[in-house]
Amino acid sequence: METAMKTTSMQSWDDNVVLSVEHLTMRFGGLVAVNDLSFNVGRGDITALIGPNGAGKTTVFNCVTGFYKPTEGRIVMRHGKSFQSEKIEALTRTGRQFNDDGDDRVFLLERMPDFEISKRAKVARTFQNIRLFGGMTALENLLVAQHNPLMIASMMTVGGIFNLPGYKKARAEAIDFAAYWLEKTGLIERADDPAADLPYGDQRRLEIARAMCTRPHLLCLDEPAAGLNPRESTELNDLLQYIRKDHGTSILLIEHDMGVVMEISDHVIVLDYGQKISDGNASHVKNDPKVISAYLGVDEDEVAAVEESIDTQNGEGGQS
Amino acid sequence: MSAAPNSGLMAESLKDAAVAAVLVAVLGFFFLALRTDIGTGGLDLTYRWGLWFAAIAIVFGVRLLLNLFIFKANKPVTSGMSVALPAGLLTVIGRFLGPFLLAVAAVLPFLLMYLFPSRDRQFIDLAILIMTYVMLGWGLNVVVGLAGLLDLGYVAFYAVGAYSFALLAQYLDIGFWTALPLAGLLAATWGVILGFPVLRLRGDYLAIVTLAFGEIIRVVLLNWYEFTGGPDGISGIPKPSFFGLEFERKGGFADFFGLDYDSIHRFIYLYYIILGLALITNFVTLRLRKLPIGRAWEALREDEIACRSLGINTTNTKLTAFSIGAMFAGFAGSFFATRQGFISPESFTFLESAIILAIVVLGGLGSQIGVVIASVVMIGGIEVLRNLGFLKEIFGPDFEPTQYRMLIFGLAMVLIMVWKPRGIISSRNPSAVYKERKKISSDMVAQGEGH
Amino acid sequence: MEYFLQQLINGLTLGSIYGLIAIGYTMVYGIIGMINFAHGDIFMVGSFIALATFLALVALGISALPLILFITLLVSMLFTSAWGWTVERLAYRPLRGSFRLAPLITAIGMSIVLQNFVQITQGARVKPLPPQIQGGVTLIEGVTENGTIAVQLSYMQMIIIATTLALMIGFSLLISKTSLGRSQRACEQDQKMAALLGVNVDRTISLTFVMGAALAAVAGFMFLLLYGVIDFYIGFLAGVKAFTAAVLGGIGSLPGAMLGGLLIGLIEVFWSGYFSVEYKDVAAFSILVIVLIFMPSGLLGKPEVEKV
Repeated sequence: METAMKTTSMQSWDDNVVLSVEHLTMRFGGLVAVNDLSFNVGRGDITALIGPNGAGKTTVFNCVTGFYKPTEGRIVMRHGKSFQSEKIEALTRTGRQFNDDGDDRVFLLERMPDFEISKRAKVARTFQNIRLFGGMTALENLLVAQHNPLMIASMMTVGGIFNLPGYKKARAEAIDFAAYWLEKTGLIERADDPAADLPYGDQRRLEIARAMCTRPHLLCLDEPAAGLNPRESTELNDLLQYIRKDHGTSILLIEHDMGVVMEISDHVIVLDYGQKISDGNASHVKNDPKVISAYLGVDEDEVAAVEESIDTQNGEGGQS
Repeated sequence: MSAAPNSGLMAESLKDAAVAAVLVAVLGFFFLALRTDIGTGGLDLTYRWGLWFAAIAIVFGVRLLLNLFIFKANKPVTSGMSVALPAGLLTVIGRFLGPFLLAVAAVLPFLLMYLFPSRDRQFIDLAILIMTYVMLGWGLNVVVGLAGLLDLGYVAFYAVGAYSFALLAQYLDIGFWTALPLAGLLAATWGVILGFPVLRLRGDYLAIVTLAFGEIIRVVLLNWYEFTGGPDGISGIPKPSFFGLEFERKGGFADFFGLDYDSIHRFIYLYYIILGLALITNFVTLRLRKLPIGRAWEALREDEIACRSLGINTTNTKLTAFSIGAMFAGFAGSFFATRQGFISPESFTFLESAIILAIVVLGGLGSQIGVVIASVVMIGGIEVLRNLGFLKEIFGPDFEPTQYRMLIFGLAMVLIMVWKPRGIISSRNPSAVYKERKKISSDMVAQGEGH
Repeated sequence: MEYFLQQLINGLTLGSIYGLIAIGYTMVYGIIGMINFAHGDIFMVGSFIALATFLALVALGISALPLILFITLLVSMLFTSAWGWTVERLAYRPLRGSFRLAPLITAIGMSIVLQNFVQITQGARVKPLPPQIQGGVTLIEGVTENGTIAVQLSYMQMIIIATTLALMIGFSLLISKTSLGRSQRACEQDQKMAALLGVNVDRTISLTFVMGAALAAVAGFMFLLLYGVIDFYIGFLAGVKAFTAAVLGGIGSLPGAMLGGLLIGLIEVFWSGYFSVEYKDVAAFSILVIVLIFMPSGLLGKPEVEKV
């Protein structure tokens, strides 16, 4: 019955899509990291991408955020609410990167350079091995994330040099916005401390805060709960729920911690060897025999625990 | 203290010193003991056993003493020397050092004239030289210290600035003050042209490509005889005027202000020009650091991939750093041309780039005060060697202290770096503050591209 | 055609010298990931040691030229190795694991020190050595409108190419077959892990510098014999060109360094032969820039994948 539901009836994430990955293939030389993968990310959903180590999850992330150029496939980001398939087809034919009409913009991410994806398509990300600006303070980290609007406010630096009032105001607002996210992530007390000085869990949250400072429509989190203790995991859940509810930001996350995944995800996609083996809500995926066999027939939590320990040893274990 | 560890210490120290002596014997054999010289009918070989033995003995002795009292000693004699200054005092020094140095710099020529009336010209000239390096250091600091881009060809932009002014003056008869902005603009343009293709390279590769560009520009200047005068250089470059007044015996600056003509006026004027240029460099850099562009540079130094994930166009960001650094070098270059009155490709060798980079790194990447200290120590230090004529009386008339300048300079580079790999001033000031300004220790600050 | 062949031979000879120096760069870069800026000056030191040894042997009354050449080669390799070891010990080892720019600055400092040390102790003037090995084989003789033109392969060139070949083969065996080579490759991959498995990392790195310096000494000696003129400043240009060669071949790859050396030698000689001598250095530098921009992993290097 579950399988039937998956294939026939439309799920909520297929009704209002923010990101669709279509026939994505990524090869490194002879290695096929991702093979003909398609899935949709629903607007306002928390979508989880799970799978054993080496399943290609991070590769998918890197394709979505432009760090890798996919070998084949299309990745569409929609800012507008409608499905917009005609507009997307027209855009695909033109060879342009995005369609610039008002609020209903669509972006073909596989054509865009990485920084444009964050700047225009409003897709933000965090990294599996945290990439903060370690020598800069937490506040500075969040200000860097507001680079593009601040650049415009500083009139490409000219107005900033002379400290014109327009820039002063924008700067104060940027600091307020950063303070808002520091507050939300519980880091406001550490605002003036260098990022490298923060404990691990704080760094994870700071990275999320930094990504949110780009005002994204879609937030991609690469193992946000890795290395967190149970209390921090719970806080993370709350934070993600808050981001989704109060900011309407859709979330796509890679996670090994099945506790986190099952609790907060509206939609779970399971990868194995670069292919999708299951796609549905948490309870659907949990009971999918393919998923259970992919995890060696063992209880998921056990597998996850083992994998997590492997991951922390290898650092980038899930990459290839 | 018991005798046993002491005799052990002695034996160990002796052994170590002996090893050092043997090493010097081996290394020095072909350079100290033997010397080749052009003689009649080919090369002559002369033997200098005395020099060789002396070097071995000195190294043995010095190493032994160092071992006994510092390296291997339980209580090194230096332990008493490094008096830890109280943190409060350090902050006070840190806060007032900049304004203090600025105040000294503002009155320096008059201070020198008062203190050394007989040698004021020489000292003001030295101050001009040091200030030029301060400016170059500050300019390069934007590229290396803030943006983390390793540039080994910085002197190329210095050369572009110098030659721009010299050629503009020669062919179009343009004066210093008109040429100055043009020279900066041209250098910045070259920065963009050279930077565009190479700025995506990783750290070390970027370093070597910039070195190659520096050399290419020098070789072209050297061989394009019709345009640049080749190795002969360009002479007769005009001096700067003071609002149209020349520094001449008749009808110039002195006459206008009713002063007695003195050639020192021009030195003082040049000093204030370079001081002004350097301060502009400093002011602009400090402002840029607090603007989004400067923060992006520093973020780039910390983690380029993270920058791209935040929507920062890293190519453009690097280019702005590169071209702004180049522009300052261009200004400094045209100042150099007007000060010397003569330029040739010889002034723009790789060594020059290396010296500027050394000043930035030794001073502490990104630190403006560090650059000042390093310039004074390195450039001033070299010049001090010129004045060690009394050593001739010790080592004989053949002894020429100036020829040891670069040797000592190189050794100082190595020693300071080994002693303080992060440079003299190694903390970072945050560019924005929420509540409380805290210094950031350099251990956390990344060094830029690649690693 | 004859002119072309002659240039080809000259280019290969010069390229062999660059290749020998390039190996030093490539090995050091491979193992500790730094540009050993002082390596060109080690080459210069090697040529000075060879010169002094040669003159000393002549002064001692040894008359058999092959014997002199052989002893000179060995002595210069040995003593230059000591210089290579010392530079690493003094300027690089204290900074291992420290921040990235520091060893680059000490390397530049060392380069300045070496140049000035040699200048002070041996004088700034050039040292000419009359050609020691004369004669050669005429391969082809052709007639042009300007008279006859012959393609010469001098004994000197034969010796240089043969020595380089022999050293290359011996060296490749050393790296691929011995435990030293194995430790070296292990350190390249992961220094920490190698140390945990009992590889003496410091010793391996030292030996890498020693081997690089020995090969640079050979190059220095060849350079002395080929050009007959050396001075304290030859290290800089030769060093930059050899580094170009290492990058062109793919830094970290030994055959790549040799191949890159040969190519740079050929490019330089042909450029001088057909275009302009003045701009031959520009040609070499331009090649460096172009290679780095368009194929940063070189001809035989492994491409690097950006890790995100």
